[in-house]
Amino acid sequence: MSPATTLLPAVAGTIAISAFGILAGLLFLGIDRKFAAHMQARIGPPIRQPFIDTMKLLRKESVVPDNAIPWLFNFAPILALASSITILLYLPIGSLMPVLGAYGDLVLIMYLLTVPALAMVAGGFASGSPYATVGAQREMVTMMAYEFPLAIAIIAIAWRLSMAGIAYPFSLATIATNPFWGVMGPLGIIGGIILLLILAWVTPAELSRVPFDSQEAETELAGGLLVEYSGRNLALFYLAQGVRTIAMAAIAVAVFLPWNISTFVAMSPALALAVDFLFFLAKVLLVVFVSVSLIRVSMARFKITQIVSVYWIWFGGLGILGLLLIVLDATFGVW
Amino acid sequence: MNITKSFNRSLWAFHFNSGSCNGCEIEIVATLTPRYDPERFGIKLVGSPKHADLLLVTGPVVKKMRPRLLRVYEQIPDPKVVMCVGACGISGGPFYDSYNLDGPIDDVIPVDVYVPGCPPRPEGIIFGVVRALQKLERLQGELP
Repeated sequence: MSPATTLLPAVAGTIAISAFGILAGLLFLGIDRKFAAHMQARIGPPIRQPFIDTMKLLRKESVVPDNAIPWLFNFAPILALASSITILLYLPIGSLMPVLGAYGDLVLIMYLLTVPALAMVAGGFASGSPYATVGAQREMVTMMAYEFPLAIAIIAIAWRLSMAGIAYPFSLATIATNPFWGVMGPLGIIGGIILLLILAWVTPAELSRVPFDSQEAETELAGGLLVEYSGRNLALFYLAQGVRTIAMAAIAVAVFLPWNISTFVAMSPALALAVDFLFFLAKVLLVVFVSVSLIRVSMARFKITQIVSVYWIWFGGLGILGLLLIVLDATFGVW
Repeated sequence: MNITKSFNRSLWAFHFNSGSCNGCEIEIVATLTPRYDPERFGIKLVGSPKHADLLLVTGPVVKKMRPRLLRVYEQIPDPKVVMCVGACGISGGPFYDSYNLDGPIDDVIPVDVYVPGCPPRPEGIIFGVVRALQKLERLQGELP
């Protein structure tokens, strides 16, 4: 193949995915705020509120503090948004296979997931504010805490697929086309449900939402990592937050809820694409509702020490239990 | 560039206590409860002045708070609105002849809207925000 035939779809796909990620990200942030408001018996902001907020932030002055490191301070929001979009490029959206699926797999995604968080840490340290520094340190601790259960959940699924004799078990295309629920017996399905719950609880920490938002904590850290950011830079972080929400939900959908309507009901290719895309949005909505809105409305913020013990001891232990069930399932077969 | 249009539906407030008795703070928090739900209009309380559009100042500005108030005011990125909540900020209120006052607020920073009351009711605070937006719109119209 000539470079033009491989490069052109990749570039076009990247532009399309960026537009989709940013628009859908803001939309889902708005839906999340509406859900939260209704659960608190409020009317809540209109669903397009995040768009209005972003427009306003883009029109405001962007202040760079005197004791900040300007290039890093301005670069961190761009890096956060760009790396969040990059994650989406490796994820299947509906029945559309990932744009860069041939170049990266689940392991790469696990590394990429840390990049937006690292960008926020870099931006926090570059702000030259004690609040942002404390926030950056907390973000790093949170990252180390949730990485372990997240890795267990994802590796266990891929390992089970490889035990079922499926080639390239870490490839997202393989995971999306072979739902792992199908290859497992009852024990494995219990293990899978446990891992699904763990992923649902890792999502709020990954997105720094309540109860795992001790790095942003308005009440104690005055905005933490983002304390010195304003105007355009804050808007970029806000967009990155939306794209990360979509990316995290898309990972949960791709690994745990990979079904498409078009595999069950016969329809024309164009219609299948549209229906699967809408079904994908519905699945993302379900994930956002459970692991962002529901958890953040029903809980108060954890302390940073509690975050570590929750993830390492409780979710880590639960993850090993789920992994054990899947191992037993793979060893003894269906019974 | 029309800034008031986007402020109309998205106004982030930062609350500054310059020596208030906490009465106005309680009313500001009451304004943010589900009963009044100002998030309907995109109004929310933020933790950092860098994120804010609206500065809510309460209290009569005691001497120690004057430099802090100036610093917080300067940290809010332009364009911004300042709202003085409560009688203390307008005139000093019950503390008008205290030895330790450097206020009222409009001696320290320019104020756009005053909300009287000791403390003002949540309805009053919401009305003040509406007035602030109207004032911004008027100023926008007068500009070339």
